[in-house]
Amino acid sequence: MEFFLVQLLNGISYGLLLFMLSSGLTLVFSLMGVLNFAHASFYMLGAYFAFQVSSEIGFWPALVIAPVLVGLIGMGVERFGLRKVHRFGHVAELLFTFGLAYLIDEAVHLVWGRSAVDYRVPPDLDGPLFSIFTSQYPMYRGFMMLVSVAMLVSIWLALTRTRIGLVIQAALTHPQTVEALGHNVPRVFMLVFGGGAALAGLAGVIGGNAFVTEPGMAASVGPIIFVTVVVGGMGSLAGAFIASLLIGCLQTFAVSLDWPIFGLKLSQVAPVLPYLLMVLLLIVRPKGLMGTREG
Amino acid sequence: MRYAPVNLGRWVLWGTTVVVFAVAPLVFTSSFALTLLTQMGSFIIFALSYNMLLGQGGMLSFGHAVYSGLGAYIAVHALNLIGKGTVVFPVTLLPLVGGLAGMVFGILFGYVTTRRAGTTFALISLGIGEMVFACVLMFPGFFGGEAGVSTNRVVGKPILGISYGPALQVYYLVAVWCFLSMVAMFALTQTPLGRMANAVRDNPERAEFVGYDTQKVRFLQLVLSAFFAGVSGALSCINFEIVSAENVSAIRSGGVLIATFIGGVPFFFGPILGAIVFIFFVAALSGFTKAWLLYLGLFFVLMVLYAPGGLASLVMMQIPVLRARRFGALLLPYAAAAGAAALAMAGLIGVTEMVYHLSDVSGGTLMTLAGMEFDAKSGVPWAISVSLLVLGLISLHFATRYLARRWAEIKTA
Repeated sequence: MEFFLVQLLNGISYGLLLFMLSSGLTLVFSLMGVLNFAHASFYMLGAYFAFQVSSEIGFWPALVIAPVLVGLIGMGVERFGLRKVHRFGHVAELLFTFGLAYLIDEAVHLVWGRSAVDYRVPPDLDGPLFSIFTSQYPMYRGFMMLVSVAMLVSIWLALTRTRIGLVIQAALTHPQTVEALGHNVPRVFMLVFGGGAALAGLAGVIGGNAFVTEPGMAASVGPIIFVTVVVGGMGSLAGAFIASLLIGCLQTFAVSLDWPIFGLKLSQVAPVLPYLLMVLLLIVRPKGLMGTREG
Repeated sequence: MRYAPVNLGRWVLWGTTVVVFAVAPLVFTSSFALTLLTQMGSFIIFALSYNMLLGQGGMLSFGHAVYSGLGAYIAVHALNLIGKGTVVFPVTLLPLVGGLAGMVFGILFGYVTTRRAGTTFALISLGIGEMVFACVLMFPGFFGGEAGVSTNRVVGKPILGISYGPALQVYYLVAVWCFLSMVAMFALTQTPLGRMANAVRDNPERAEFVGYDTQKVRFLQLVLSAFFAGVSGALSCINFEIVSAENVSAIRSGGVLIATFIGGVPFFFGPILGAIVFIFFVAALSGFTKAWLLYLGLFFVLMVLYAPGGLASLVMMQIPVLRARRFGALLLPYAAAAGAAALAMAGLIGVTEMVYHLSDVSGGTLMTLAGMEFDAKSGVPWAISVSLLVLGLISLHFATRYLARRWAEIKTA
C-alpha cells in the first residue's frame, strides 16, 4: 500500500510533467499542423537556462526568466524560420524543426559541454513534504505537481476565458474567417508557437533538476512525448492529458517492480513499455485514445 | 501498352553509372578513398530505399534504420554460422539474407506503422525505432549489447579467387549490389505499385475512390523498401565486420532522412547525390573538424529553407536553361553567388572553429586553420572572420537578387 501510494504520486508528477510537454506540442500541432520536432530541445534549453540563471541569481527568478527566454527563441524560430517554409507544406515544416533540433543540441554541447551540469533542487524546496507511513515524500515533487497544475489551469482559463484565447480557438478551425475578421493570424501562430516553447521551457526548469540536466535529455524525453501525443490522439488536449498520466504511471511503476517477464525483470523492460502501449493501442484503435483527426 | 522506343538517354545514364562504379577505385586508389567509396555504395542503397517511402510513397519515416539494422544483425549471425561451418552459403549472396530479414521486419512493423499516413506515420515510425533500439540493448544474448556482434567476412575457401579479404573485393561486391538495387528500385517506380504509391502520396482520397486500399499500397511499398534497407545493412555488416546498437539507432534513421532530403526527394537520383554528400560529411569531414555535425545541420536547414527539392532539383533546374542555350547568361550571376557564398562560408567556418576550439578546455587557445596559426582568444581573427561573414552575407543577398533577375529574364525570353 505504501509502495503503491508513493509510486502513484511519483507517476502522477512525472505524468504531469509529460503533459506540460505534450500539451504545448498538441496546441502547436492542432493550431498550425506543425509537429514541432524541436519541442524536446526547447525543454532542454529551459533546463540549461534555468541552470545558468539559478547559478547567477537564484532559482525563483529562473522559474520566470528561463521559460520567457525559451518562448522568445520559439517566437524567433517561428517568425524567421517556420513562416518561410510554410509554403512548402507540413513535411518541410517538420523537417525544419528536425534540423533545428540538431542545431540546438550542437549549441548546447558547445556552450555547456558534453557532460551533465550540476543543476540542483533549490534548498528551500529540498526536504520532505509529508510522510506516507514510513517513507517521506519529497517537497520538490509536490512543487512540480503544483507548478504543472497551476500552469494547466491558467492555460485552460486563458484559452476559454480571454479574448486572445477565443481568437486562438477560432483560428484552430477557421483561420481564414478569423483573418477576415481582422485578426493577425500569423501573429497568433507566432504567439502560440512561442507559448508552446515557453511551456516546454518551464517543464525543463522544473524537470531539469528533478531528473538530470545533460545534453542527452532532449533525445531521451523526445520520443516519449511524441508517443504520448500519438497515444492520446493527435491534436486532442484531453487525450494528451490521459496519455501523459498513463505513461507517467506506467513507467514509474515498471521501473520499480521486479516481476520476471521472459527471463527479464520488468524494470529492465520498462523503457519499451510506452512504445509497446502505442503499438497495441494503434492496432486496436488507430485514432488514438481521444483522436478525431484522420491522418 | 505505351509506345516505348529505345530510350537512349537512359541507356547512356545507366552505362555511365556502371563505368563510374568500375573505374572509381582505380582513380581514387588510397585505402581511405576506398573505404569512403564502399560506405557510399551501401548508403546509396539505404537512401534510395528510404526515398521509396518519403519520395515515392509520401511517408516520412523516422525509424528506417530499424530495417537496415535488423537486417544487418541477421546477416552478421548468418555470417558467423557460415564461418563456423554450420551452414554453407556464399558470402556474395549474404545481402539477400539481410534483405529478406529486413522484409520480414517490414511486414511485422509495417502492419502497425502504415495504418496511418502523414504526421502520425512519422511519429509511429519514430516510436517503433525507439522500441527496437531499446529491445536491442535489452537482449544482449542475440544483439551483443552496447559492444555489438563482431564477425569475420573471410570464411571458407576463396571462390574464383574472391575471398573478400582485400577491401577492393568488398568494394566491388558493394558496387555490384548497389547497381542491381538501383536498377531494381528504378524499375519498381515504373510498376503499377510504384505509380499507385505516387497517387497515394499525392491524393489518398482519390486513390481510395479509384478503388485502391491506400493502407495496402503503403504497406507493400514499405515492405519492399525494407528489403533494400536490409540489403544495405548486410553490406555494411560485411564491410565493417561489426553490427552494434548504433545500426538501429535514431541517429542513423535521422542520418538517412537528412541524406535523402539533401540529395533531393522528388527525383529518383536525388538520394544518390545525397548519400555521397552525407558520407563525405560523416566520414571525411568528421576527421578534420569537430564541428561537422553543426555544418551538416546547418546545411540541412538551409536546404529545407531554400531548396526543398534538394541538390537534384538544383541540377534539374539547369537543364531547360542548357536546352535553350542560355546558360552563358547565368554564368556571371552564378560566379557572383558562388563567390559571395564562399566569402560567407569562410567567415562562418572561422567563427565556428574558434568557438569549438575555445569550448574545448584542454586544447589551449592556439589553433591552426587553413595553414595559419593564431590565438583564438585574440581579437584579430575574430574581427576578420566576423567581417568576412557579414560581408559575405550582404554580397550573397545582392548576388541572389541579381541571379533571380537574370533567371526571370531567361524565363520570359
